[in-house]
Amino acid sequence: MYFLAAEGGETTHNPIIPLWQEIVVGGIAFIVLCFVLMKFVFPRMEQTFQARVDAIEGGIKRAEAAQAEANQLLEQYRAQLAEARTDAAKIRDDARADAEGIRQDILAKAREESDRIIAAGKEQLAAERATIVRELRTEVGTLAVDLASKIVGESLADEARRKGTVDRFLSGLESTGAR
Amino acid sequence: MFGQANVLAQGQAEFPPTVGDFYLPSILPWGAENSYFFTKITAMVWIAVGVLIIFFLASYRNPQLVPTKKQWFAESIYGFVRNNIAVDMIGHQGVRFAPYFTTLFCFVLLTNAFAIIPFFQISPNSHIAFPAFLAVISYVLFNYIGIRHHGFVKYFKNSLIPPAPWYILPLLIPIEFFSTFLVRPFSLAVRLFANMFAGHMLLLVFTLGGFAMLSANAWLAPVSVVSWVMTIALTFLEFLVICLQAYVFTVLTASYVQGALAEEH
Repeated sequence: MYFLAAEGGETTHNPIIPLWQEIVVGGIAFIVLCFVLMKFVFPRMEQTFQARVDAIEGGIKRAEAAQAEANQLLEQYRAQLAEARTDAAKIRDDARADAEGIRQDILAKAREESDRIIAAGKEQLAAERATIVRELRTEVGTLAVDLASKIVGESLADEARRKGTVDRFLSGLESTGAR
Repeated sequence: MFGQANVLAQGQAEFPPTVGDFYLPSILPWGAENSYFFTKITAMVWIAVGVLIIFFLASYRNPQLVPTKKQWFAESIYGFVRNNIAVDMIGHQGVRFAPYFTTLFCFVLLTNAFAIIPFFQISPNSHIAFPAFLAVISYVLFNYIGIRHHGFVKYFKNSLIPPAPWYILPLLIPIEFFSTFLVRPFSLAVRLFANMFAGHMLLLVFTLGGFAMLSANAWLAPVSVVSWVMTIALTFLEFLVICLQAYVFTVLTASYVQGALAEEH
């Protein structure tokens, strides 16, 4: 391990030959160091790294889930919006159709009403005309008879004859009026 | 711990520095020449172990998902070794070796760093005992992993027989055996030891050289200053070597483990 040098009996060392005492001390110290660090420190670091990886990956997963949910909601809202648009369009179409229908109804009713009014007017006119004609017929008859009796001086009391005379006279009038 | 400072203060330091300068007097018992259980070197090893344990336990006592500054620092050391050494070299299954690699990296880095920390100013790794047992652990580790993963026979077949024509194998197998099973632990230990040894020697040469010139002739004082400036410059170089050697030691261990786990040669 060491040998005595020639000069002055001083101890010299050969640096390439290890001192066993240092090997023992260094070995013990290094084993203590290894034991403590490899048992209590580095495995925990590895755990922390793992936990960090988990945290990051978990975060990414959560973000992805949130993204997917958001997309799904967006899809849903779009679908609902489209549905609402179709509904609105349908309602508008219905309303337009209803309005058209109502217009047609009202028109039809109005036309019917006017027809009815016209018909009623015509009927009334005809009735009035008939009444007037009837009244005129009696009156003209009476007048004519009165006039004739005054002129002729004879009373035509006999109803049946008188009626026949008047009718004949009126027919004569009508035929001349129609011509 | 201040043995070296004492040596300097008492004017015992001679120029040029010798190997003896690496072997400081014992602290307990005080001043004994050939007692090595408690010297500045072993004290520094214990300090390194204590500092690392306290630092990691303190910064990871209460780990948070969102880390505090201290926790972040501890995590980035582990994360660096885990992702840039273990996983890069070995692949997915390298994660299970990351704790050991990180411990190894931190230990080598801190013990190396003592080379340039004031009042420590010598690295325990400039004594081959420490790189040697670290190398032995790496050696045992990669062989054990290989044997457990492939089985004894297949592991040695994998590591010794390269895919080459049969007639070249008698030449290749001894080379493979020599490089894998004999040279690896030795080169691993010597690389770290020699770097730290040479670094310390270099700093000693320029520091003590400055003093030697100054005491030889007062007119050489400017040259002494140049010598000390060189010491400072070399300290920066030493810093680079410290980090690099800690990294290289860990990367090589990882690469050996990777080789032991590999399916093909």
